[in-house]
Amino acid sequence: MTGWEAFAFNFLNPEVAAQYAPMILAGLGVTILLAMLVIVSGLVLGLALAVLRAFGVRPVNLGIIFVVDVFRALPPLVIIVLIYFGLPAAGLALSGFWATWLALTLVLMAFAEEIFWAGISAVPPGQWEAGRAMGLHFLPTLRLIVLPQAIRIAIPPLVNRTIAITKGTALGSVVAVSEILGAAQSGMAFSGNPTPLTLGALAYIVLFIPVVIAGRWIETKFAWRR
Amino acid sequence: MSDFVQAFLNAEIALASSHLLWIGLVQTMLLALMTVPLGMVTGLLLAVLATRKSRWVRWPLMAFTDFFRAIPPLVLLIFLYAALPFGGIDLGAWGSVALAFLLNTGAYYAEILRAGIESVPRGQAEAARALGLRRWQVWIFVVLPQAVRNVLPDLISNTLEVVKLTSIASVVAVPELLYQARQAQSITYNATPILVAAVIYFLLLWPCVRLLSRLENRQLAGRR
Repeated sequence: MTGWEAFAFNFLNPEVAAQYAPMILAGLGVTILLAMLVIVSGLVLGLALAVLRAFGVRPVNLGIIFVVDVFRALPPLVIIVLIYFGLPAAGLALSGFWATWLALTLVLMAFAEEIFWAGISAVPPGQWEAGRAMGLHFLPTLRLIVLPQAIRIAIPPLVNRTIAITKGTALGSVVAVSEILGAAQSGMAFSGNPTPLTLGALAYIVLFIPVVIAGRWIETKFAWRR
Repeated sequence: MSDFVQAFLNAEIALASSHLLWIGLVQTMLLALMTVPLGMVTGLLLAVLATRKSRWVRWPLMAFTDFFRAIPPLVLLIFLYAALPFGGIDLGAWGSVALAFLLNTGAYYAEILRAGIESVPRGQAEAARALGLRRWQVWIFVVLPQAVRNVLPDLISNTLEVVKLTSIASVVAVPELLYQARQAQSITYNATPILVAAVIYFLLLWPCVRLLSRLENRQLAGRR
């Protein structure tokens, strides 16, 4: 075999690819489902914590800051392993899928809270005062005046962070989730050929290149004009 | 409750696994000392190259950074470690980690530094040239210091992410903190070592998170 033939046989083997493509596609479905669940729950929880923080109750805020710090400081893989191998000892056994979901949700929640809160604090105090002077209560002022401005400020950093954490779904392969990487690794083990892994890498590229490019576009679109 | 303490906060187990975890901590620090400079230097080179006007330089660079930002680092690492040997290239665990981090974190650092360089007004470089500085002097003494200052929070944030990311080296059996904790867990049938490892990570990185959160708030407040 020439060099190219050997390369193609190993990494782009059509027979192996045809055999394991359905497995990778199923993995793609799992990755997308997991990512969607993480994005929704992480962002909702993050926003909820940021709003809770806006009430300015000191003990509550210190608690929020601590929780956020914990999940910003710990590597996601450590959290996944801790939940998957540790929680059963505490009587709560989660499957790999839900352990990965919970870990990534907590991480995204922490980063999203921080970004939403930075957005809320960046809205000038005059906006709050004007809202209150118009006779709006605290919550309507927050919802109608402050949050729309805060969220706009938060969008560019939030998009990038969300993309980065969503890519963490690949970490689920460590706790036996058959998302793209998990499926590709099984395929490689069964076939003794790394073509499934090439397919897996391609699946990630197809999934995330548009997201990365869209993120770049959103960053410039919502950027603050100085 | 005592079951929980027994399984999760077991002092005996923590003590018994402390030697394994210590080795892991040292390896994690070595990994960080390798990956952070590797990523930064690669990122800096790419960012400086990206200022070239020629689209034959800029477009391939953009494709390169987008490509490696789209692939999850763990996928890249597994590919280098498990698939490349089929093609006759065996980098070993440390080599695979080094190359994966060079490509992945290099791409992230490149994006950050590019934004920093673009934020320095063109007049700065022109003025420095007019004063007789050579090109490399303009970069080192005028443009880069301002560029780095402008994106310092992002640089620190990315560095924190890189240090956290070294935990994926456990998947290719580099005996770093998480790997050692899992070894200790499988020997003792007890989750305490993983919790101890998590606490070590937290204590190690918390100061960095605090600093970052201050810097980020100041940066946003400055944009009012």
